[in-house]
Order: sequence, then C-alpha cells, then structure tokens
Amino acid sequence: MSTRLTTGGARIARNKPVTFTFNGKTLKGFEGDTLASALLANDQMLMGRSFKYHRPRGVVASGAEEPNALMNMGEGGKFEPNQRATTTELFDGLVAQSQNHWPSLEVDVGVVNNAMARFLPAGFYYKTFTFPKFAWKHVYEPIIRKSAGLGKAPTERDVDTYEHFYFFADVVVIGGGIAGLQAAKTAALSGAKVLIMEQDPAWGGRAVVDGGMLGEVPAADYVSALVAELEGMDNVTMRNRMMGAGVYDHGYVTGYERLRDHAPEMAGPRHRLWRIRAGQIITATGAIERPLSFAGNDVPGVMLAAALRDYLVMYGVSVGDRVVVVTNNDDAYRTAIAVKKAGLDVPVILDARAEGGGAIAGEARALGIRVENGKAIAKVTGGKRVKSVKICAQAGEGGVLEEIECDAVAMSGGFSPVVHLWSHCGGKLTWDEEHAMFRPDAERPPKGANGEGFVVPAGAANGVLDMGVGLADGDHAGRLAVEALGLKAADANLPAFDQAVEAPLAEVWMMPQGAGPKLRAKAWLDYQNDVKVSDVQLAAQEGYESVEHTKRYTTLGMATDQGKLSNINGLAVLSHALDKPIPATGTTTFRPPYTPISMGSIAGEARGDVFQPLRRTPMHDWHEANGAHWEPVGHWRRAYCYLQGEETPHEAVSREILATRKSLGLLDASTLGKLIVKGPDAGKFMDMMYTNMMSSLKPGKCRYGLMCSENGFLSDDGVVVRLEDESFLCHTTTGGAERIHAHMEEWLQTEWWDWEVYVTNVTEQWAQVGVVGPNSRKVLEKLGGVDVSKETLAFMEYTQGKLGAFDARIFRISFAGELSYEIAVPASQGAALWDALYEAGEEFGVTPYGTEAMHVMRAEKGFIMIGDETDGTIIPQDLGLNWAISKKKEDFLGKRAQKRAFMDNPERWQLVGLETTDGSVIPDGAYCVAEGDNANGQRNVQGRVTSTYYSPTLGKGIAMGLLHDGPNRMGEVVSFPGTDGKSYEAKVVSPVFYDPDGEKQNV
Amino acid sequence: MSELRSALAGAVFDGIAKVQEAGLCGMIAFRGDLSATKVKNAVTGVTGVDMPGQRGCNVGGDNGLAWMSPDELLIMVEHDKAELVLETLAKGLKNQHYMAENVSDARAVFTVTGKHAAEVIAKLAPVDMSTFSVGEIRRTRLAQVPAAFWMHGENAYTVVCFRSAADYMFGILSMAAQEGSEVGVFG
Repeated sequence: MSTRLTTGGARIARNKPVTFTFNGKTLKGFEGDTLASALLANDQMLMGRSFKYHRPRGVVASGAEEPNALMNMGEGGKFEPNQRATTTELFDGLVAQSQNHWPSLEVDVGVVNNAMARFLPAGFYYKTFTFPKFAWKHVYEPIIRKSAGLGKAPTERDVDTYEHFYFFADVVVIGGGIAGLQAAKTAALSGAKVLIMEQDPAWGGRAVVDGGMLGEVPAADYVSALVAELEGMDNVTMRNRMMGAGVYDHGYVTGYERLRDHAPEMAGPRHRLWRIRAGQIITATGAIERPLSFAGNDVPGVMLAAALRDYLVMYGVSVGDRVVVVTNNDDAYRTAIAVKKAGLDVPVILDARAEGGGAIAGEARALGIRVENGKAIAKVTGGKRVKSVKICAQAGEGGVLEEIECDAVAMSGGFSPVVHLWSHCGGKLTWDEEHAMFRPDAERPPKGANGEGFVVPAGAANGVLDMGVGLADGDHAGRLAVEALGLKAADANLPAFDQAVEAPLAEVWMMPQGAGPKLRAKAWLDYQNDVKVSDVQLAAQEGYESVEHTKRYTTLGMATDQGKLSNINGLAVLSHALDKPIPATGTTTFRPPYTPISMGSIAGEARGDVFQPLRRTPMHDWHEANGAHWEPVGHWRRAYCYLQGEETPHEAVSREILATRKSLGLLDASTLGKLIVKGPDAGKFMDMMYTNMMSSLKPGKCRYGLMCSENGFLSDDGVVVRLEDESFLCHTTTGGAERIHAHMEEWLQTEWWDWEVYVTNVTEQWAQVGVVGPNSRKVLEKLGGVDVSKETLAFMEYTQGKLGAFDARIFRISFAGELSYEIAVPASQGAALWDALYEAGEEFGVTPYGTEAMHVMRAEKGFIMIGDETDGTIIPQDLGLNWAISKKKEDFLGKRAQKRAFMDNPERWQLVGLETTDGSVIPDGAYCVAEGDNANGQRNVQGRVTSTYYSPTLGKGIAMGLLHDGPNRMGEVVSFPGTDGKSYEAKVVSPVFYDPDGEKQNV
Repeated sequence: MSELRSALAGAVFDGIAKVQEAGLCGMIAFRGDLSATKVKNAVTGVTGVDMPGQRGCNVGGDNGLAWMSPDELLIMVEHDKAELVLETLAKGLKNQHYMAENVSDARAVFTVTGKHAAEVIAKLAPVDMSTFSVGEIRRTRLAQVPAAFWMHGENAYTVVCFRSAADYMFGILSMAAQEGSEVGVFG
C-alpha cells in the first residue's frame, strides 16, 4: 500500500491542499506534488495499461523518462493525451484519466492479450498480417487502428495560445542541477552572457534529494546559495520549467518553456518555444537510472530506486511498507537507508555483485538491514501490485531460494548519462567500462562552422556521478565554454568535498544471468511498447544485427518515451545475443526533441486568424461587405465573384460578365504586380528581360510583353508602360510580382552588374481599378479631370493627372475586350476611388466583378493566362505568340533556348480554340485522345484542355487547348473523354471567340 | 483631395505593450551610390538628419533616413511631402543615376511601446533585442512577413511592413502582446 507519510516531503506544502480527479474519482494532494506523487499518496499504484498486452502498469520513474504513467489530461479545449504524471505539477481542479484500457483501468478486456502473448512475438506485425492478402485492408488494419495509440485524440480545438521567443546568449546551460548551476556561475563570472534552463520547477537536481556536504554546508543549502547568486547577476537569465528540447547546427537550441501547465487559470500563453542562438552550449542534463531485467519487473510497485527515494524525500510518499531493494551498484543503498530511516521496512537488499557494495553497504547493515550479495530476483509475484519477490542466485538460472513478501521493489541497474542533447548535432559517445555506460567523447564533440566543438557536457551527463566531482566538472565545463569564446575563465572558488568511495558496479543485463525462456519472456525492457528480453533475443536469432533494425523490428524504444529506460538495456541484450561487445553494437540515433513538445509550441503564434498572412487590397472591406466570394491568389484574397441574394457563384459570374459587356464593370486589379525599371540602361535591360522590343516603346505608350526564363519557357506576361525615357512600369501577374522582381535583381546583380539600372517593386503603392465596358469612358468623364477621350488617350496609351479628386495614372488597356481603362491611385486613395467610381457608375448599372468573370472574359477574347495556358513547359511559340517575339533583337532571355531542336519543332502541341458540338463545357484538364494505345497500354493523346468555361456571352461552352498540329486542323472535330464516362466532342476553332477584330476595345 | 485611408485606421491593442497603427507616413525607396557626395547631400538635405551607416537609422520627428542595403535607403518624410521631396531630389541629382519611388502607401506602420515592447518584437523577429538600440534598424521578418523596425524612443519601436499585411501584422503583434505573456528578460 502506498501512502503519504506524516513527515517529510521537501517540495510539498502540507498547508495547501489541492483537489483533483483521476478517472472520475476525487482525490487530494498538496501543492508541490506531481500527479504521480499525489496518486501514490492516494494508494493509486495502478496508473495505466501497456500498449500491446494491456498489462497493468504503475509509475516506475519520477521524471521525464517515465514510460508508464501517461495520462489523458484535461477536458474539452484543454485536453491532451500522453502526458507524464511524473512531470505534471498538481493544481486544483486537475482532471486526469488513465489510458489504453476498456472498459476500465481495473478491468480491461484487452488484457486477454496476456494469454495470447506468445502469439505476439517481436515482428509479429510483419509475420502475422501478411496472409491472406485481402485481410490486411479489411480485417487487420481496422483492428490494429482501433487498438493502436495510447491516449485519445482531442476532439476540440485547443483553447490555449502559444508563442516563440528569440534569444541570444554566449553560453546556454541546459540543466539546473549542481553541475549546470556551477557551470553557469563560472561562465557568468568570466563575463559571458548566460542562459540556464531547468525542465523541473526546482533547481538543484539530485543533490537536493541525496544530500551530502559541500564545504561547510549541506548540498541543498549550497544549491540555494548558488541559485541566489546567479539570480543576482545581470548577465544571467534563469528559466525553470524549461526543457532543452534540441541542439542544432550553428549553436541553435530550442527551449520548451511550460508556462501555464501548472496554473492553467492564469492569463497568457501556455507554452513558449525559445529559439536560441548560443556561442557555446553546456549539457548538464544529468543521468537516468536503468531498470534491471528480471521477470515481473513491470508489476506496479516495482520502481527505480532513485525514483522511490524521490517520492519519499521530496513528496513524503511511501510506495510500500516493505521495500525490497535490488541493485548492481552502491547508489540504491541510499534508497534502502532512506526507507529505513523513514520508519519503514527493508526486508532485504539484493546486491547482484558477488563482492557486494562499498562503505554504504556497511552503513545499511549497521541500520539492521539484511544485505545479500550475489543474489537476484528470480521473479516478482503479483498482478496489479507487488506481493512478493522470489530470490535466487544472480549466477544461476533462477532456482528459488526464498520468497519474501513485500509491497514494493526498488531496482537499480546503474545509470546512463543523458547524452541526448550532446548527440543531437553529432556528438559522439564512448563506452565507459567501469560504469557500464555511454558517455560523451570529449574528443569528438558536435562541431560548428569553425571546425571546433560547440557543446560541452557537464556533471552526470558527462558520466561524472559523484556530487562533489560533478560540481568540479561543472566548473570545468564553464571554463571550457568561455575559453572557446575567447574569454578568460574566472576562478569560481569551489568548496572542499569528499568523494564518496564506492564499490565498482557490475554489469547486469539479465537477472539472473542464466534466466530461462519463461523468465526472459516476463522480463521487460521497454515498458511502453511491451518489448521483453526474449523479443530482442529473437530478433538477433532471426538475423537482425544492426541496433537500428532491431529497434524497428521489435519496436524497442519507439514509444513516446523514445527508449529512455530501455535503450541501453536493450542493446546490451542484443550485444550479448550477437556475442559482440556493447560499443560495437552502438546506440540508436538521438533526435530532438528530448521529450515530446506540444504541437502548439511548434506552431507558435501561427493559428486562427494569423495562421498565415492574408494579403488584403485597400478595397478589401468593400468587397467583404458586398458579398465577395473569396479566392486565394498567392497570399492575396481576391473576390472570385460577388454573390447577390440567393444566386450561386456560377450565376453571379454570368451576371457580372453580361453586365460588364453590356454597360459597365469594375475590377479590383490592385494585386497586379508593378515593378519600376529605371536608369540609363533601362531600355537595354528591358529588351533582355522581355521577348518583345521594349526599347522602341515611346513614353506614354503601353505594350503587352512576354518574359521567358533562360530555358525559353514562358514565365510571366503583362503590360509594359514607358513612363519616361529612362523609366518603365512593368505589370506582372498577381503571383509574379515578387518572383519577377527577384528574377530581375538576380540578372542585374549577377550578370549585368555594370548596367545602370535599378528596379523597385511598387505593387502595393498603387490601388488599381479596372473600369470596363462600353460606358467606362462616360464614368471617367463624369468624375472629370484628365481627358480620356478617344483622341487624347488612344488604345494602349497612358496618361496621368487628376481624375476627380484623385492622383491617377490611367492606362487604356483591355483584358476583357471591351472599351476599358485601368486607374491606379496611391493605395491610401484606393477605397475612396472605388466608392467614387461605384457611385458615378450607378446610373450605368455598374457591376463589380471578380476573378472568374475576368478569366472567362479573357478566354472569350483568346487571351492566355499564365498558369492556365502555361505550366513551365510552354514556350510563347506554342501559344501562337510569335508576334510578341522580336526577330530584330540580337538577344533576350530564352532566345537561344527557343532555337533548340525540340523547341523549334512543328511536333509541339499548339494553342487552338475548342467549341463543343453540343454547347457543353469540356471538363477542366481533359486530354484529347488519338488513335491506339501507347507502350503502357494507355490511350494515345494528342492534346489537352488548358482553359474551359461556360461563356455567358456566347451561351455555350468554350475552351482553349494545346493540340498537335492544331492551327492546321481548323474545323476538325476531336474527342475529350471526361472522367464522368462521357466523351466531349469539340470543333477546332480560332481561340478568339469574341470580337476577333477588336472593334469593341478600340472605340 | 480625396479621403486618405491608412490600412487599419489607427487600430490599437493594449496588452503587455501598446500596439498602434501609426497612420500614413511618407516613405521613399531610394537606390543609388550611397558613397557619392551628391547623393549624401541630396538625401540629408531633404530630411535634415545625418547619413546612416550600415544597419543604421537616423530619425528626427517625421523625417528620417534608414539604411536598407548597400545601395538602398528609406527616406522618411511627412506623408503629403513625399511627392515634393521627389522633385527636390530630382533637381539635386541631375545627371546622377539613382532611383526614388514614393512607397508611402505601400506600407503599414505600427508603434509598439511600453516596458515589454522589446519582448513583443523578440517573439516574432529573429533579432537580439537585448542589444538593439536607438539608431539601429533591422530589415528582417516578423513571423511570416517581411518587416523592418527601429527604436524611436526608450521602449518605443516603429514597425513597418507591406500594407497588404497590415491586418496580419496587427494580429501577430497583438497576440505577442497579450496579457500575461511577459517574458521578463530584458532590462
């Protein structure tokens, strides 16, 4: 029975009770508790079920490495699965539910798997579900999907907010234990700007729990003094509840700060992801205790020795009245002594080492604890909690010598330094025979741009487990870091300390060492994924030699804890099975983040309204208020059409087109790209960028131009206006503004750097409105000002001046094929211009139209659209645009490419118009089929549709497409099979369906 | 004169810092040889502030000069003076190759002020705000959009972005300035 003791518990505030619920049950704890300690205090040993076998599981650790005690936390918009009870601080009103069981934690029908366990060995996914073939999709996958995953998926949108924070420091220390604190102090005293982070709410790490003296003071007091000193330094930033999540190239570190997990009622973001640039990084991330692999080591009540000690010392929680300690090292004796001193019973310490422990063993014996050397656990009995341990000789095969009743087992298989952050960016490890652990290899650190290491390990993370030596190692790491930055290391005045004299650890990877198949099949390595010693041995037997392959085959270390407890034990078992030394087997790859971080913290501010920037034109609000049906164009939002009453978008588009062609339409064309090209060499530059001759354009005139990439493919198009002798305005497509600007700058900066030309993107300076239709001139004349008469401003001409109250640039250009003007005014005047045009146009039935009406009208005129008629493989010649390609110019971008044999080739598909014989609309993207099949048995094709619309003007379907030998096949009827089973027959015609002679735009 | 509208009509958010749309400002994108005496005289002449060095920004009242790249400056003047300044520049830079474009309306301008203003910026821009000071400019990004900013006083920052992104900028600045989100690391 686990319970709260009447005394002890350095972290809890006994005068501040807290109420929470677990599986609907209301329980009490104290402020300062973790969820795990509070559950134990309420005798809730059973905290979850394992993934594969649904075995009952209790908490095994007390920190980030916990594999078992994962919870569905919170409710509704604050729900989150797979949260570790060991790192969840208790707060009033906390709601937690255990996971992976049905119908309840106590009674789980899934546990039937237990009896089936021998049918579910390593790799069973690969072996079992392969036959019969159909069964995967219809039987196995649905069942596996149902049972897979530990926690539930949230059903509501996360109500919390998250943010990022950019920070820069000379030295970033990850880990606020005694080594990290000392490293920070040394670095700070040396003049470095220091950031130190600790994942836990409290500073000091194990030193605070385990005590001992540093100089004249107890370790806990030493830590308090150190923290106070650092807090007083201007060049030190201290953050607790912040985990070093990842170390990346160029000294980039991510810090995961949990701001509100312990106090969800407070305003502000829940998590903050720090994005840090560090000169040097010190990883003082501590070490993780390893379990021992004996049968029944997963029964609730079997716990890591140091964790059991944590619960006792920090939270005043007894895990059991009778605690059996089993170990291969001296550290676990501390647990036995702590339990005994708390007034509880330790029936026996089983030390697997034949020679037993060092001085501390004598201390334990002096307290009256029975110590058995060379002994081991053959088996733990009990289901949902420990009942007894059966004792055997470690050297044997598990013959039971004695059975001892107990309700908890504290195990220790030695410690593994947390080398994760050292390894994230390529730091290498070395095998330490003496302590049986991988520790950072100082000779092979992760290296920065200068070829020097940028990560320094410190303390237990560096394999230094002794407290005093760890403190000195922290100082050493601090010195190394500042010296690497070119600073002079300051003297930190370390206290005197006595290094504990310990007996050497013995490697124990299986308990007992000769355990037979039955015991091995109940000795767990990976608790979360239910991987046992027998599974890893089976993998080795089946030929898996690489640790990476074994990991994937057995799923060892692939659960949410990423093998923090199981990794080293698993690869040791594998090494033995392969008869290889452990370092030859190696470890799997350590990847960030250290423990899972919230998706919200990764997204930061990018959610809801600001998930992505939406670009708005100056007239956006008007569109919104007037029925705009939005379409994304790049990041812009443009009106696709404006819905009136109950009409459908299709009906709206038809209405907009007919009204525009009949009288007057308005288009917000502000998104159109506008680049200014200026300088003495501007004409020369324009001639290179465009296929047309632009240098001959007269000031005040407009010309439609094409731009190609150097590979000859059509890249962008638009109307070019010569503003002045040395200055051109280039209109680009909406999506092309930034791209073409960069394209121009690239050529200017890399090839023609000596040409006197500047380019500026002025797209957003101007609000631009297309005033389109037979009555467009009348509206402008009504506003008054600039003369826009046919005589003064002819088609493809430009003027500027006051249009009414507006500072306007007026271009007489037409994309719809009607009399039309584009009016550009400074963006601050855009909304007012739109209002003025709308008001003045009301007598003509003015109709704002959207992008779809624009598309249809240009298609009726046979004008191409970049992105419809082009796809990056199309050259202007394919589209019948030869007239826009200058033959006089010596060169332009794309000219040479267009001379290549496969470009200048009559076999290329050519642009034509397509008119369905029955007036229907050809489906978008349809291919034109030819006779016969190709080598793959697919129907031969001879062309495809590029644009297809219902034309309200003509009352039938029209399309443009690319067709083999198209222009020579006028009048021929070709077939376009749709995906709807129908075949669309279309006559090949000219792409200009409307007003082929251009009379309407030229009035 | 028609009615002039800035992107967000002076929208305000008050949190751990105050975020405010600053209305219309006169801005000219200037490109040219920044080492030429003629150029220096022309741009300092129209603004009355000193020529800035690399990543520098000199501001006095509505006027200012900001270094944008080795051959680009941002000239700041009153909104209704921009066209006039263009003419003055043209006179002063006859026969000099340069480019000056009025981009006043292509921009949205915000101020972020208050004790935690630097933290609000540091949540969005990859810039070391602990060392950022008056007289500097950063042409960088805030979250997902291009932006530039400088200090116009103690705990007071001016942020400039494209006008089309004004709504987004106001949104992210407001979120970064939300109540309870103090970081507490600067000063």
